[in-house]
Amino acid sequence: MEKPLTAHIPKDGSWLRLKDYERVGGYQGLRQALKMTPKEVIDMVKDAGLRGRGGAGFATGLKWSLVPTPDQIPGPHYLIANGDEMEPGTFKDRLLLEGNPHQLIEGMIIGAYAIQAEFSYVFLRWGYQFAEKALEEAIHEAYEAGYLGKNILGSGFSHELSVHISAGRYICGEETALINALEGKRANPRAKPPFPVVSGFFGRPTVVNNIETLSNVPHILSKGVSWYKSLSKCEDGGTKLYGVSGKVKRPGLWELPLGTSFREILEEHAGGMRDGYQFKGALPGGGSTDFITAEHLDVAMDYNSVAKVGSRMGTGTIIVLDDKTCVVGMVLNLEHFFAQESCGWCTPCREGLPWTEKLLLALENGEGKMEDLKIFDDLTRYMGPGNTFCALAPGAMEPLQSALKHFRADFERHIHEHRCPWK
Amino acid sequence: MATIYIDNVPYEVKDGENLLQACLSVGKNLTYFCWHPALHSVGACRQCAVIRYRDENDTRGRIVMACMEPVADQARISIDAPEAKKFRAQNIESLMINHPHDCPVCDEGGECHLQDMTVMSGHNYRRYRFKKRTHLNQYLGPFLHHEMNRCIQCYRCVRFYNDYAEGKDFGVFAAHDDVYFGRYEPGVLENEFSGNLVEVCPTGVFTDKTLRKRYTRKWDLTNAPSICHQCGLGCNIIASERYGSLRRILNRYNGDVNGYFICDRGRFGYEYVNSQRRIQHALKQEPAGQWQGLKKDTAIREIRNRIRAAKRVIGIGSPRASLESNFLLRELAGAEHFYAGVSEKESRLIKEVLHILRHSGVRTPSLKETETYDAIFVIGEDVTNTAPRLALSLRQAAKNQPKEKAKALKIADWNDAAIREVIQGQKGPLFIAAPYATRLDDAALATHQAHPDEIARLAFAVAHHVDAAAADAELPEKAKAFARQVADALVAAKKPLIVAGTSLYSPSLIHAAANVAMALKKAGKEAGLTYTVPEVNSMGLMMMTDQYLEQAFEQVYSGQADMVIVVENDLYRRLPADQVDEFFRKAGTVVVLDSIAHRTGEHAHFVLPAGTFAESSGTVVNNEGRAQRFFQVYQPRNDIQSTWKWLQAFVEKEQLAAANLDDVIQQLTMAYPELEGVREAAPGAQFRVGTQKIPREPHRYSGRTAMLAHINVSEPKPPEDPDSPLSFTMEGYVGTPPAPLTPFFWSPGWNSVQAVNRYQQEVGGMLRGGNPGRRLIEANGSSLQYFTDIPAAFHPDNFHWNIVPAYHIFGSDELSALSEPLQERIPALYLALSPADAQALQLQPGQQAELNVSGQTLRLPVVIRPDLPGGYVLVPKGWEATAGWLFPVQSSLKPMQV
Amino acid sequence: MDTQTQRILTDDMIAEIRDMYQHFPVKKAACIEALKLIQKHHRWVSDQAVQELAEVLDMSPDEIDSVATFYNLIFRKPVGRHVILICDSVSCWIMGYEKIADYLKQKLGIQFGETTPDGRFTLIPICCLGTCDRAPAMFIDEDLHRDLTVEQIDAILERYP
Ligand SMILES: Cc1cc2nc3c(=O)[nH]c(=O)nc-3n(C[C@H](O)[C@H](O)[C@H](O)COP(=O)(O)O)c2cc1C
Ligand code: SF4
Ligand code: FES
Repeated sequence: MEKPLTAHIPKDGSWLRLKDYERVGGYQGLRQALKMTPKEVIDMVKDAGLRGRGGAGFATGLKWSLVPTPDQIPGPHYLIANGDEMEPGTFKDRLLLEGNPHQLIEGMIIGAYAIQAEFSYVFLRWGYQFAEKALEEAIHEAYEAGYLGKNILGSGFSHELSVHISAGRYICGEETALINALEGKRANPRAKPPFPVVSGFFGRPTVVNNIETLSNVPHILSKGVSWYKSLSKCEDGGTKLYGVSGKVKRPGLWELPLGTSFREILEEHAGGMRDGYQFKGALPGGGSTDFITAEHLDVAMDYNSVAKVGSRMGTGTIIVLDDKTCVVGMVLNLEHFFAQESCGWCTPCREGLPWTEKLLLALENGEGKMEDLKIFDDLTRYMGPGNTFCALAPGAMEPLQSALKHFRADFERHIHEHRCPWK
Repeated sequence: MATIYIDNVPYEVKDGENLLQACLSVGKNLTYFCWHPALHSVGACRQCAVIRYRDENDTRGRIVMACMEPVADQARISIDAPEAKKFRAQNIESLMINHPHDCPVCDEGGECHLQDMTVMSGHNYRRYRFKKRTHLNQYLGPFLHHEMNRCIQCYRCVRFYNDYAEGKDFGVFAAHDDVYFGRYEPGVLENEFSGNLVEVCPTGVFTDKTLRKRYTRKWDLTNAPSICHQCGLGCNIIASERYGSLRRILNRYNGDVNGYFICDRGRFGYEYVNSQRRIQHALKQEPAGQWQGLKKDTAIREIRNRIRAAKRVIGIGSPRASLESNFLLRELAGAEHFYAGVSEKESRLIKEVLHILRHSGVRTPSLKETETYDAIFVIGEDVTNTAPRLALSLRQAAKNQPKEKAKALKIADWNDAAIREVIQGQKGPLFIAAPYATRLDDAALATHQAHPDEIARLAFAVAHHVDAAAADAELPEKAKAFARQVADALVAAKKPLIVAGTSLYSPSLIHAAANVAMALKKAGKEAGLTYTVPEVNSMGLMMMTDQYLEQAFEQVYSGQADMVIVVENDLYRRLPADQVDEFFRKAGTVVVLDSIAHRTGEHAHFVLPAGTFAESSGTVVNNEGRAQRFFQVYQPRNDIQSTWKWLQAFVEKEQLAAANLDDVIQQLTMAYPELEGVREAAPGAQFRVGTQKIPREPHRYSGRTAMLAHINVSEPKPPEDPDSPLSFTMEGYVGTPPAPLTPFFWSPGWNSVQAVNRYQQEVGGMLRGGNPGRRLIEANGSSLQYFTDIPAAFHPDNFHWNIVPAYHIFGSDELSALSEPLQERIPALYLALSPADAQALQLQPGQQAELNVSGQTLRLPVVIRPDLPGGYVLVPKGWEATAGWLFPVQSSLKPMQV
Repeated sequence: MDTQTQRILTDDMIAEIRDMYQHFPVKKAACIEALKLIQKHHRWVSDQAVQELAEVLDMSPDEIDSVATFYNLIFRKPVGRHVILICDSVSCWIMGYEKIADYLKQKLGIQFGETTPDGRFTLIPICCLGTCDRAPAMFIDEDLHRDLTVEQIDAILERYP
């Protein structure tokens, strides 16, 4: 089984230096890309079926093709690598940043070449100090080696890359909020349209891609479309980093073919549930996805299949709920997070999430009422997709609405017993 | 135009708008908060949700925010669909979880947009059972009260204050449900337009402190459509009274003039109407220093006798009195003995402005039109302080060129945040040349500070750059570069606008501005030319007479006149005190009609209590040449009445003596055919809706039978108003009156100021039946040659320092400066000079400097301003000590010896 | 020089901030970077720092504070010598972070958001640290501590005098 993204990450906790990266085929993708036209690069990424790994699964090649060319809109274009990674339960980009920064840098230069961007930024969450150091040094190496800067490898293409460290806030991961944060402003999301590909960073055409997404790109360029498609078990291309946290035997992160079954990830890679714990449910792709339950264990972890069972692939990092953990408490914890992280711009999210949190807290404290369940239903519909300004609040409601669907009895027990039965 | 279907009914709406605007324009009730017709859309509040359908086969549709959706032909939406209604009610429910239930004690209660929207949404039952979040309030200065708990986080306040008015000392802090709107630390809100927050805020977070002091509900106020008297722009206002005192000023929408906003001088400077210095009764001074009150009839009789006995009576009019009051004075004294109550200097300036407006062939835009120009050159004016509302319009105009970039990206005009993200605070071609750095400079691409003569030279040079046929002036290097930059930018623009004014008392500056505008016009540009003028009716007055104050003095000095009637004028603000003193020594009988006690009144034999704008009706002409009618708000309970009504008692002409306002205007227009348009400034007194007058009071007005019960239990007959179609009570037509006559904005379900939507042909557009007021002057054909009166280059003179006037929004205007709430904002008189000059004169900041102007010695604390180029100094205009100076004045200057 | 008039932004810091905004079309864009720089040197951002930064960036204090108060990792109140950021998000919650947090509170005698009287520690809950497979986790200053158990806490704290 090939693991192009992670195979070369040193096991000793250090990161893959330029020399070593080059030895395993590093920057071959870039060399290949620079021989092609930007349009050809975009088409190749399109054909490879790479979908965004940031959560929404938007086709990467398509996104790039929506950027007006410098002939259409002259002046700077930008590429931003989204390394905010603050979705609860998500820890995948960290591995790529800490272990193989050149892979990201190479992907970014290729992406930048494809959209003819002069500048790019890595927007890095705070607290990834090791990643920051590795990235800074890797960028330095790349400049020294002529992969960055003026006239890259004699191609005539020039590119500057730098790192911005976030000052906190989950909403910074939302691409338009991220752009505001990068501009030194409050990170409220922006209205779409106009989309960032047309008017983004400083009102200029801008592509925002996830770290993992960009880390795939060098391999597509160097090894080709059919190889890339063959990595996957589904119609979309490539491998995926899958993670598991919760009461499993071996929590961790693995690069596996896209479309690996949930059961395989849970049982083989994470080693199944810890002794004495039963699997009850899971959030398959981070804190803002819907619960799946035991009946969905065989679902293939790819975008379309997970959607079919009523959830989302999201970031592919699974949070496992066991039978000894209270689902109300878990959802309360999540809603507390989302309420705190609401940017405060739109009404449903700013007001609705704290209300949701307070209701859950009352429920957890044994002060819930049956009417509250109706309010939950109302609130989830109220904060549904399209109703809020960005996707934070709809995402926030996914664990709650699915918990109510699958574990309604647990909610009712809290009400009838006037306490949390798990405490 | 496009056809859209709202709940399956087709409507014709304007292209390029958003769906919320379209729905409101066709009269639909759709709730909203963050959207504002002048601030446009950001999609934050989510209150304007509707269902949008793909086509007629789509039965489910999806929820969209109407304010963020463009109008598209054949678009189908539903306001009434149950999901849309439910969503809007839920959104209100969410907003209300933290909103205090304090409507009964909230200043906004009864005119609260949140109340209106809550009722409109159908939400009424509270399900939230937890504690509300609370905030601390801030002290924001003398104008606004802050009550942050009432905030619904619609972000309108920051969008107005920071984005639209470009204020910097306000903002939004924190995140999630903690967001806080206020200042970094408690303190006075500095922006000159802060008062608009009262109307922009849809709840009671920002309320009017002046109203709060003597609080009255909207429905208990008696209101009239009025015109702000605090500068020459003539913004439209609603003035409101209860229990005989004026209680507040609101913006009155006029799509041509002020739109949705007025300045703080206009909003909070009204309190002189309630001032202790008001003259309440007729007074007689005899012997000197001994004042006695007179009954109205006695006063009239005695003055009549004096008039009959006088050899010659002269009348001194005023730029702050209405056309009608000035006209009656003219009729009383005779045209040849009627003098504009302003100095020769000022009168010539305004005559010149009128002349240019009529004959230059260049259009003078309305305030609103000003916002459509794409390059601006301000010549010599500190607009924010001389004609404040204009500064707000210029700020908007300055963004037109940067906005082109957003247009190129096909971003809709209403997509406010997206546009700002594209333009990123980039400045458009606004250029300011003034004697000192102005409050508008932060919006300018480049500025230049110089002596007024140098500014005039600079402007002449700009005109020459545009058209070599215009006279040229040699400039110093820096000025030369600036002039070229300005000229290039003006030529590159489609609609360049030149702004100048009378504030520096420089005719050549006015001429230079005309040269630039005419040169641009010749170059094929759609050029505009705006002049600011000092007072509310400066233009109207100068359309009535060529004679100025010094000529009136001459009449007295020569012994030809032995009686003087002064109308609404403090002559000590017009000419130096020694000259005015001399005049009064010789003037014989002096009659002064005014609202406020002042130094001129002290010299009178008779003083008659004149009404302010609040107690009078009349017409004034603004800087653009627009005649606008203001209406009496209430009937004062003493002898106060309009100046023109007082004067009726003394005129010979039968028709005038008995005339109502319409008749006076009739006579006025006969005497001045040029003022013909004044008749159309507003409907006449005979106007009725059906058979009904338009009530000044809302139909919910309360307490009428009780308010005078402590004096007399039987309710007095309401006063009649022969001068307007308005009634003084709540009786009359209940509905939407014609725009010029709207005493307040109200419509069923719309109790807040946002009811104005219902008075507009389309939201944010013209008022139904046309915007009130009538332009008297249009630029027809050009018959002017280029002016050539280039002043000599300025040379500093250390023995005769040039004193240039500095202007202050709070302080420079005579009447508003008497308003109590403004006191805190009026700076103490000072003398400002450049750092180099201060050093040369060995003056430290705060130290007293001694000036000598027209024989008068004055000691002023020194302020050092790095923006001053040096060679001249600044002293504020309009303070009592400087009011009569004929700027620019000369003075010796030395540190005061201690 | 007394502390009142002592400037917070040194010439070096100002030079560094200038260097930041050189790369952007507008000075304001360096606002967050500059705030972080101040915090790096002073552990928190005082009112005086906000005012000084306002001058450097041609912004008003209001504009700066509007940004500063949005981000949870810009501290606008003084913090202790060491800042403990303990993850309170979902995976750490499942793995029992609350026990750790309770122990810290009790041991330090402070609640969340507070600083010990000796100014040694500030304890703040923080959202997901991106190390969910090694939950529960916390940061102390720049160091990440994972797979926490109550038993380890004393020893860990000792490393932060
Ligand atoms: C509230 C919110 C938080 C997000 N956080 C992240 C994040 O931390 N990292 C990320 O890559 N994408 C995040 N996204 C998704 C981004 O908006 C964007 O879709 C993504 O970065 C695009 O990259 P991709 O196309 O490569 O997936 C977030 C979205 C929302 C609504
Ligand atoms: S849903 Fe609204 S309030 Fe919540 S983060 Fe997005 S824009 Fe901000
Ligand atoms: S008015 Fe449309 S979202 Fe606020």
